[in-house]
Amino acid sequence: MTKEELLSKLKTIIEPYVQNQEGLKQISEATNFIDDLEINSANLVDIILDVEDEFGIEIDNDGMDKMLTVKASIEVIQDKLATK
Amino acid sequence: MTEEQIIKNLPYQDPFLFVDQILEVDENHIKGTYTLKHDEYFYKGHFKEKPITPGVILTEIMAQIGLVCLGIFILDEQINENPIKVAMSSTAIDFYKPVLPGDKVIVKSKKEYFRFNKLKCKVEMFNGEGNLVAKGLIAGMTG
Repeated sequence: MTKEELLSKLKTIIEPYVQNQEGLKQISEATNFIDDLEINSANLVDIILDVEDEFGIEIDNDGMDKMLTVKASIEVIQDKLATK
Repeated sequence: MTEEQIIKNLPYQDPFLFVDQILEVDENHIKGTYTLKHDEYFYKGHFKEKPITPGVILTEIMAQIGLVCLGIFILDEQINENPIKVAMSSTAIDFYKPVLPGDKVIVKSKKEYFRFNKLKCKVEMFNGEGNLVAKGLIAGMTG
């Protein structure tokens, strides 16, 4: 899976939880879920669970703690996919 | 943890403690009751001269029994703060019957998931006659 494909899938997952639609339009690797998209911490958990289902991976507490930006999320997902 | 210990560990007190008894509990479900007192503070205003339990209070009863009590049981000795810190994060409840002063309600809750400190449950409330009063999904966070 290319990074672009991964980003596109991730965007679809996070979309329902985003409060700041402007932030979503300008999404980039630097986008922070809480600061830029105004996603709350409870919905961050939902995003992690949706990511697990979509990619068939399991995210542990360390992964969860890292996944605060698009860039970090892509890295965690790629890492888990590689060791699957 | 015993049923009594769960209630003792709740972070609420009068007039906002809405758990009388836990009837059943395991890792995946919980069942408990609360009897609405005739002099609950909210009956004075909801409604004028016609006391009916507000939906937000029914939701709170469902959350205290269905989420917080279950969460305390699941976390058990991992709870290192007293009182435990909790926050409701989402609710989607449908209401079917009114609950009046003096009514006893029974709350049944089934765990959907508990991950990363978020507990999400399917919660139902029944009245003393066994009729469905309310049901829906409630989620909350701890820590």
